[in-house]
Amino acid sequence: MSHSNIPASGLTAEAINLPHSMTTSTIPMNAPIGATIHPAWMRTSHWLNALAVVLMVTSGWRIYNAAPFFEFRFPGEITLGGWLGGALQWHFAGMWLLVLNGLIYLALNVSSGRLARKFFPLTFAVVWHDLRDALHGRLSHANPRHYNGLQRLAYLFAIADLALLVLSGLALWKSVQIPFLREALGGYEGARRVHFFAMAALMAFVAGHLVMVALVPRTLLVMIRGR
Amino acid sequence: MKITKHSPVGHVDGGAAVKEALKLLSRRVEQPSRRAFLERSLTLGGLAMLGGCSITDDASVEAALMKVSRFNDRVQGWLFDPTRLAATNPESMITRPFPFNAYYGESEVREVDGDAWRLEVTGLVADKRNWTLADLRSMPQHDQVTRHICVEGWSAIGKWGGVPFSHFLQRVGADLGAKYVGFKCADDYYTSIDMATALHPQTVLALTYDGQMLPPKYGYPVKLRMPTKLGYKNPKHIRAIFVTNTYPGGYWEDQGYNWFGGS
Repeated sequence: MSHSNIPASGLTAEAINLPHSMTTSTIPMNAPIGATIHPAWMRTSHWLNALAVVLMVTSGWRIYNAAPFFEFRFPGEITLGGWLGGALQWHFAGMWLLVLNGLIYLALNVSSGRLARKFFPLTFAVVWHDLRDALHGRLSHANPRHYNGLQRLAYLFAIADLALLVLSGLALWKSVQIPFLREALGGYEGARRVHFFAMAALMAFVAGHLVMVALVPRTLLVMIRGR
Repeated sequence: MKITKHSPVGHVDGGAAVKEALKLLSRRVEQPSRRAFLERSLTLGGLAMLGGCSITDDASVEAALMKVSRFNDRVQGWLFDPTRLAATNPESMITRPFPFNAYYGESEVREVDGDAWRLEVTGLVADKRNWTLADLRSMPQHDQVTRHICVEGWSAIGKWGGVPFSHFLQRVGADLGAKYVGFKCADDYYTSIDMATALHPQTVLALTYDGQMLPPKYGYPVKLRMPTKLGYKNPKHIRAIFVTNTYPGGYWEDQGYNWFGGS
């Protein structure tokens, strides 16, 4: 499986005559040393997106606190904005970063062919196989050039969830102007819940993402310097 | 895991990630200047992740956020469709009791003497005479059951009735090409709206709530009701209306709430 998933642009182990046993997960063997794994545009958009998510989530928590629909509030110290008006200002400034950066990411990801190359094919069988490996502690994350089935699923989920956050946010912001979006999300009050749970789902992704980065710290370095 | 004490997720993981990265960098990046740069950028990112303490107090940050908010006013003015109506609801959906909301508590609601009350109309209007409550009641009335959305996030459905504001503006010969309509209220509240919203068919100079004379807590004697705007844009106890091209701001808007405040 691992061979077929090595990107066409990278040199395969065979091409540089390495012993087969070294090909599965050791990164420098797959490509010339110093070759870029994550292109600069993708690293830039990743970190801008991380910043946007931090701004949106921490300001969003303070907005939630103004009229919580569950029995809890987020502790003020981990929120952004100081008061409701400040949090709203951050939220409605951060949205431009989140949306514009997200659109640029999607445009480049699709047009460069990276989306198709890195994320597809994504089949149930691959996800199931990799999930079983993961549960047995056998799934390797060590090759940042290749996304395993669970990574593909997780990153695509993050993209879809962010899109849902933007759409439900739009439905809340412009509930009169965009009636079809509002109604599709269960009306204004429905859209509030969708927005909240999409945030919670994104936080679950972030938690898993950070755990994986802690387990495979090299991925952080790759995301910073590209190789 | 210590983060669970604070919230389901938090910034501690982010902090750990930053530390981990710093450790990695000091080991792997040999050139000192490059290392310093990367370390500094990571620290910046880490600081941003720690959230709102120091960065929000900065006056220049506040000024920048205010600028973005004014930019968002223009975007919203552009998105606003003057013919798009807010959804109306059956009376069975009215929220009872309808929540009270103001910048003061319910015990401090202003009692206005309706007989002595006069509505001032000034600025870019042809007819600047004062209006009595009877004058307003003699005009054609319109009512609607619509959703009121508060900036805090909650919403409630209510029924308001009164004079369509566009009729009123035409009647006083307002310059309908002016940019703003401002309001001064008996409870010292003040706000202002864009002309497009002022002329919207569902914008009503409300005299009644749920078929009854507007009670003091909902803004007796007159409130401007706009289902296309957030609650704080809907002034209660109005005593003066003015039409102007000079940005008038508002009680909450001057403190940082978005001026357009429209949905």
